[in-house]
Amino acid sequence: MNWTDPTVAIVLTGALVGMSGALLGSFLVLRGNSMLADAISHSILFGIAIAWLLTGQTSGPLQIVGAALSGVLAVFLIELLTRSRRLRDDAAIGLVFPALFSAGVVLINLYAADVHLDEHTVLLGEIGFIWLDTVTLMGVEVPRATLTLGVMLLVDAAFVLAFFKTLKLATFDTDLARVLGLMPGLVFYAHLSLLSGTAVAAFDAVGVVLFVSFVVVPPAAAYLVTQRLVSLIVLALGIAAASAPIGYWLALWWDVSIGGMMALSTGGFLLLCYGWRRFADRRALGSTPVQPPPSASA
Amino acid sequence: MLSFLSDYTLHNVMFGAALIGVISGVLGCFAVLRRQSLLGDTLSHAALPGVCLGFLWSGTRSMESLMAGALLSAALATLVMLTLTRRTRLKMDAALAVTLSLGFALGVVLLTFIQNRGGAAQAGLDSFLFGQAAATVRADLYPMAAVVVIGLSLVVVFWKPLKLMTFDPEFAAVSGLPVRLLELFLTGMIALAVVVGLQMVGVILMTAMVIAPGAAARQWSASLLSMVLIAAALGALAGVSGGVISALAPGLSTGPVVVLVASAIALFSLLLAPQRGLIPSRWRRHHRRSHTSSDRILLTVYELAREHGDWSYRVEQGAVDAYYGMVTEPLLNALAQRELLTAAEHMPDEGQHWQLTPAGYEYAAARSRAQNAHRRLRQAGRGS
Repeated sequence: MNWTDPTVAIVLTGALVGMSGALLGSFLVLRGNSMLADAISHSILFGIAIAWLLTGQTSGPLQIVGAALSGVLAVFLIELLTRSRRLRDDAAIGLVFPALFSAGVVLINLYAADVHLDEHTVLLGEIGFIWLDTVTLMGVEVPRATLTLGVMLLVDAAFVLAFFKTLKLATFDTDLARVLGLMPGLVFYAHLSLLSGTAVAAFDAVGVVLFVSFVVVPPAAAYLVTQRLVSLIVLALGIAAASAPIGYWLALWWDVSIGGMMALSTGGFLLLCYGWRRFADRRALGSTPVQPPPSASA
Repeated sequence: MLSFLSDYTLHNVMFGAALIGVISGVLGCFAVLRRQSLLGDTLSHAALPGVCLGFLWSGTRSMESLMAGALLSAALATLVMLTLTRRTRLKMDAALAVTLSLGFALGVVLLTFIQNRGGAAQAGLDSFLFGQAAATVRADLYPMAAVVVIGLSLVVVFWKPLKLMTFDPEFAAVSGLPVRLLELFLTGMIALAVVVGLQMVGVILMTAMVIAPGAAARQWSASLLSMVLIAAALGALAGVSGGVISALAPGLSTGPVVVLVASAIALFSLLLAPQRGLIPSRWRRHHRRSHTSSDRILLTVYELAREHGDWSYRVEQGAVDAYYGMVTEPLLNALAQRELLTAAEHMPDEGQHWQLTPAGYEYAAARSRAQNAHRRLRQAGRGS
């Protein structure tokens, strides 16, 4: 198989981004912290800019760890602000990540205006060109981004498999997890650190904002049709993986952004799951349309 | 440096940035107080496809059509969010994130669609991501000003119901206000604020302009009216200074600079506002702690013992804490070290209790007598 073939490289990379995002995102959506995905993926720009200024590169393990730290920094600052009880958590999120993101953009504006790193790449990604930048692995030439994201997916999967029980309990019953000594706070930070790392690895390909789609939409779609954690994760992974080729061909057909179209394809699955849910609800109660109870938060 | 810019541009930038600051500061207060800060984030990202559609529809980069498109797509985004939260088991956070990311993805797709079809004017659309103050022309300001005037007058007209909705939605519903309609109205107002900021701050960072002035003003004020006025002023300050800085330094996008200024104002307020600021309140706590002598606490325990007619009365530590409004444990421990107090067991699970030692009783009684004598002396002095 020719790994540097543009189609293979692009679709594979998109699927890898989607799957690692959806895997970690499942727990985020279930815990009610979806907007942290948005906060983290914006905040890493600050770390990317700093790492670039220090090392002159945007990719590589060191850069990923360094930039991921700024995602963790964002989460830490949000917690700090919320704990000070001067702001609610929503305002804390909305205050922290734009500040870090702006600092990143200004740094790039000032010091990196004409180089590889510009704010549009960071924002939108250039998945169409990833096959140009390759490394040789065991005698086989593979695109660098594909390799990085493959490793990232393996790390994410290893984390989820190793701490599955803890993650599950920390998601559904934080208090019980704490009482049992499973340290949900630590797991929470580990989980978000990995999410930051994945976001940094993915930014080359799809950009930071589109990454949010892959983290949030597949789990949300899967949650509409299943309530079992394992099947939710499997379905979310499937949706993310399928969105990559679908988005790719639609993008070629209409001649539009590949990353954007892949992200938009996850929305198609959300619509599908929504329709299926409505259909199933209707059929379950004969032909009477289901009136959901008025939501408590409204 | 100034010679690069005619006064004309600078005036436009300052006026436009002030408009954005005022409208987003005022409307952001309601969002911050109603815990809907991130609504602005979602609506501004979701405005991007509307901007592109407005451009495709009108074929030009006219402010009116772009703003109309942005409002339309923000309205659609609201509809999607409401559907997701009311008809599925998804929570608000997931609905916000889903709408935000899909809206932005659609915007990116439309943006590339426009770019690939060519056309010289498309270059201007890119600036809606991060804002470009220097590109503002006088004609852009009129629709912006119109939206601001409409938005502010609506706030004035509906001030009472909005206030009630913000602080007590249940009571608002019970007293017969159309709560759902007012909620939609407030959402629409945030969308208005977002739309005004498109040109200068850009869709990505408008969220900060909605949140930061309100969050900063909250630290300085204790009433809605003062909060709204301060937020408007701070928003205008951030907008104007950020806009001018970025217009003077070519290559700097406006949005990030404005947001950095607004964030600095918010940080300053959080740390230093006299009443709620973290540093003043920590200082006050420290001051209270260092100015409360252990003798005063001993006397409190003594008075309580006298009230109960039992010198060995056991006083609950929590009661002392509550009375002094601080953690008194270090002082109580210091008194125990001096063997004036002793930790006492009350009933299990009842918290720490303290009682006087005989030495402590003697000491406190002597202090109390001295204090009373002193007080009598002072009163006598004042009387003469």
